[in-house]
Amino acid sequence: MTAPLLAIENLTRDYALRGAGGAPRSLRAVDDVSLTVEAGSIFAVVGESGCGKSTLARIVMALDRPTAGTVRLGGDDLFALKPRALARRRRDFQMVFQDPYGSLNPRHSVGRIVAEPLHLLDDAPRGGAREALVARALEDVGLPASAAGSYPHEFSGGQRQRIAIARALITNPKLVVADEAVSALDLSIQAQILRLILSLRDRHGLTVLFITHNIGVVDEIADRVGVMQAGRLVEAGPVREVLDHPQQEYTRRLLAAEPTLAVLGRRRKRA
Amino acid sequence: MRALVLRPRRGFRLDDATLLVGAVLTALLVGVALLSLVWTPEDPARMRILQKLRGPLVSGLLGTDHLGRDLASMLMRGAFNSLTIAFAAVGLGAVLGTLAGVAAAAGPRFDAVLMRVCDALFALPPILSAIMLGALLGPGAPTAIIAIGVFMIPVFARVTRGAAMQIWAREYIMAARMAGKGTVRITLEHVLPNIAGQIIVQVTIQLAMAILTEAGLSFLGLGLPPPAPTWGRMLAESQTYLTQAPHLALAPGLAIAAAVLGLNLLGDGLAARLDPRRRQAS
Amino acid sequence: MLAIRNLSIAFPGPDGPVRVVDGVSLEVARGESLGIVGESGSGKSMLSLATIGLLPRSARTSGEIRLEGRNILGMSERALCGVRGRRIGMIFQEPMTALNPAMTAGQQIAEGIRLHRAAGRAEARAEALRLLDRVRIPDPARRIDSYPHEMSGGQRQRVGIAIALALKPDLLIADEPTTALDVTVQKEILDILDELVADLGLSLILISHDLGVIARSTDRTLVMCRGRAVEQGTTEAVLRQPTAAYTRDLIAALPRRARAGLGAAAPLAAGDAR
Repeated sequence: MTAPLLAIENLTRDYALRGAGGAPRSLRAVDDVSLTVEAGSIFAVVGESGCGKSTLARIVMALDRPTAGTVRLGGDDLFALKPRALARRRRDFQMVFQDPYGSLNPRHSVGRIVAEPLHLLDDAPRGGAREALVARALEDVGLPASAAGSYPHEFSGGQRQRIAIARALITNPKLVVADEAVSALDLSIQAQILRLILSLRDRHGLTVLFITHNIGVVDEIADRVGVMQAGRLVEAGPVREVLDHPQQEYTRRLLAAEPTLAVLGRRRKRA
Repeated sequence: MRALVLRPRRGFRLDDATLLVGAVLTALLVGVALLSLVWTPEDPARMRILQKLRGPLVSGLLGTDHLGRDLASMLMRGAFNSLTIAFAAVGLGAVLGTLAGVAAAAGPRFDAVLMRVCDALFALPPILSAIMLGALLGPGAPTAIIAIGVFMIPVFARVTRGAAMQIWAREYIMAARMAGKGTVRITLEHVLPNIAGQIIVQVTIQLAMAILTEAGLSFLGLGLPPPAPTWGRMLAESQTYLTQAPHLALAPGLAIAAAVLGLNLLGDGLAARLDPRRRQAS
Repeated sequence: MLAIRNLSIAFPGPDGPVRVVDGVSLEVARGESLGIVGESGSGKSMLSLATIGLLPRSARTSGEIRLEGRNILGMSERALCGVRGRRIGMIFQEPMTALNPAMTAGQQIAEGIRLHRAAGRAEARAEALRLLDRVRIPDPARRIDSYPHEMSGGQRQRVGIAIALALKPDLLIADEPTTALDVTVQKEILDILDELVADLGLSLILISHDLGVIARSTDRTLVMCRGRAVEQGTTEAVLRQPTAAYTRDLIAALPRRARAGLGAAAPLAAGDAR
């Protein structure tokens, strides 16, 4: 068995809260979380708002630092790296955000947006080579290469999310973190984007840490799933095991609350 | 409720009229100011004591003042003098204020300090600081520009800081950080272009404010020294002859009012036009 | 109770009027809950705004909206005020923006009671307390004096429902009432709405993009697509035997867990991603 691509160990993040008068308190947003993600797999972190899943994503992306614990990517402890070395490693991990409207600068062309992470490469291609790279990234996510000359407002929410994915992929990263990447989309578009992520995984061997509140989405794309509640990872395992035979009370409660068509017909009987 | 803010675009709206009238008045002001450099009906400084206090159309377009100077020519050159000082003062305030604002938005460490400094600057009303500076430097253009400009720094700092903080909260800033870009680069590439509209609107509105303040300083004798004509001093000098020659007060008074109105309308119109509500589709 | 006939709503656009609702007819009987489902931009929210007479001024409407026989379209603002609240209560998506941040929960609930029923201060407060209990807010005696920012999203939505109930309306319109909430909280809010329909005999129009929500809480369903009603019927019939292609697409786009009740559900295939 190979070493996991991403290994999070005993990760904890406290935030200082400044209460109105009184002693300074702190909020433990992430509480002793450990998990590993194998290369080429999709690991979903599911939980309700405030459970710490987005903080976890930010720390894995080195946009925030942990209070304690380590994040290893391909064996390297991200937070032990010097700033320059970390900046160099960034090409290996990229992020797709929730809001397809807020995550693209409205004043930049799609080509410029998609090419932005190329800044991370020491030997960033220029001119024609750069354009070719952008064109390939756009085509990879099912958009025409000509989209590079357009601006974000010319695209629908689903297309914008494809642009955001193209941006995340342009440096050929090993790991992509998707933070609620389909939550803002209509259902039919959501299904298309999920299919796209699955196909990118199959074609490029991408590893994905998928943050979501939607169990239906987890079921569709994840290989493994971790359930978070109040900063803790309460349950984790292969997706079939956790969703079909949940061990923890909270997981069961979360699964039971999910609205499904299975309730059809029960309503009449109850009335 | 997204539906409630849906504002369909109609044909010609009040905002468009505001913008048009503001633009025309401002263009007129700038045009007259520039024209005065190459042509005025008379030399605005030339005194013809025998022709003093003539009424409009009797001597020249707007008559003459108590020293027989041509009022229309003085008004034109006064427009240039007012605008130069206003532009310089607003330029000073806008550049320093915007720098302070984007720095405050980018770094919480600077934020508290910069904002307190701005509070302190804001406590110096331009007339008061002009009197103090005047004592130091003597009255003149530098005194007026610094006094007005320093007062504008906190105005621009606040507007810029607020706007920039909104941009910093956007996800595309996070994406830029994921692309390894630093604070300065993100400010230049992402923040400033997205708040430029708001800064331009503020510049227009503050220009009106600066023209008014400059007139006030000149009125008190703290502006450009004579013989350079300024609207403020023309008003001051007209006081003695208010009953005999009311046009002496009316002409600069109306000029100030028209300039301020035009710039304010332009600012409001631009603000409405640049309102990002259209883009608020999320 | 409520009957909408051939309702169209249009807004003037740069290239002529844009129809956001196009010839929609529907009926809601007393004690019945109707689901309106559609994706963003389908016109479902405009439909609900029209029903309470809150469309933007520039909207042009045709058709009729009859509440117990009286046409709401063309009613004066004065008459509409009597309808809003008293006959029709509205529950919004984002309770934080729908509540007044400067007033306590109790004050906001009591405000409506006193305004519409000329009740005394003490009487109104007692009624507010009863309503907070009715929407099963934990510790109502304490919550009645809480401000919106002191409450969780679920508690705020409960207060929103209590405010709507304060005027004893006959019809509740809930526009995506649980979209901003976590699933476990969503379930609690939907349970309350179900109870109100079952126990008080209220009529409910539940607007949602979530077929699972529609399935569990409505008797009949109207499917909207680009301003048109593409399908209408009992919720069970619409979801089990959809006739419109659009409805079938909507159901097919559901994650397979959510479709589970319908029998065989194929997983997403990566092959047709592009």
